[in-house]
Amino acid sequence: MNVWAIIVILGVLTYLTRFAFLGLVGNRPLPAWFERHLRYTAVSILPALAVPLVVWPDAVGTAPELARLVAAGAALGVAAWRRDAIAGVIAGGLVMVLVAAFQ
Amino acid sequence: MDRPFRRGVLDCAPFVLIIVPFGALFGVLATEAGLPVSQVMAFSVVVIAGAAQFTAVQLMAEGAPAAVVIASALAVNLRMVMYSAAMVPHLGSAPLWQRAGLAYMLVDQSFALAQATYEAQPNLPVARKVAYFAGLIALLFPTWVGATWVGAVLGAQVPESWGLDFALPLTFLALVGPMLRSRAHMAAAFVAVVAALLLTWLPWNLGLICAGLLGMATGAEVERRMS
Repeated sequence: MNVWAIIVILGVLTYLTRFAFLGLVGNRPLPAWFERHLRYTAVSILPALAVPLVVWPDAVGTAPELARLVAAGAALGVAAWRRDAIAGVIAGGLVMVLVAAFQ
Repeated sequence: MDRPFRRGVLDCAPFVLIIVPFGALFGVLATEAGLPVSQVMAFSVVVIAGAAQFTAVQLMAEGAPAAVVIASALAVNLRMVMYSAAMVPHLGSAPLWQRAGLAYMLVDQSFALAQATYEAQPNLPVARKVAYFAGLIALLFPTWVGATWVGAVLGAQVPESWGLDFALPLTFLALVGPMLRSRAHMAAAFVAVVAALLLTWLPWNLGLICAGLLGMATGAEVERRMS
């Protein structure tokens, strides 16, 4: 199979994953229990995606880097405290730079 | 919210700083894997999913069968189904053509920013929610595609010392911070993280999906008990 076919098939299937609910359910009401679960999609998936990358940047099982753990904690903590994602990114970046400077 | 489109553009503007080096890196890696510029660009325009694109190109470079390439990249993107569902309560009453358009560009950043804004302003009329989302992707999409082109054509290399691999998880955590507004949200995030760390051994990125579902179930249960 050539590369163009892979790109098109992957594009169509990826679009279907994004369209599935938003497109097909539309305005029909969702069951209350289902909607209650959906309220926690972002706060579940995004940290579950991010934290393993912070703990094991190279491969699962390798030693975690202290600087990354502290920087990640700073990003999350400051973002939650200031209710501002940008403040979190800046705080995390600053911690990384500071730790690199003192190493 | 006045001028929701503009707000969307401004809200996602800082994330351009992360997306540019990432798109460029994809352009460089895909070109090094032997893809012509046309195919590299098609990846970023048609698939629009950083992690899945990296997975696909890496497997193609290793000579994996097409079915394996597609299945693996798709598994990375399975979380989009949950994003799509989570947008239904907010955008479900928009016209189909608008939902079809927004779905095309439902990526991690646009989803996270939209979810945070919609939760903070639940009474926003749907037309304004759509305009806000359109503002987000009006900047995110051209940036992603443009950065890919820069990497593919100019071969702009990103120094490893920038710790780019760390920029993405850092952004995701910062995006989550403001959303931790209740005990239920915190419990959901905590359980999802612990589960994600314990389930890394699952194949095809399924650990992420399981961890996400466990976190969502936890949040929903805590909310039910506290109400």
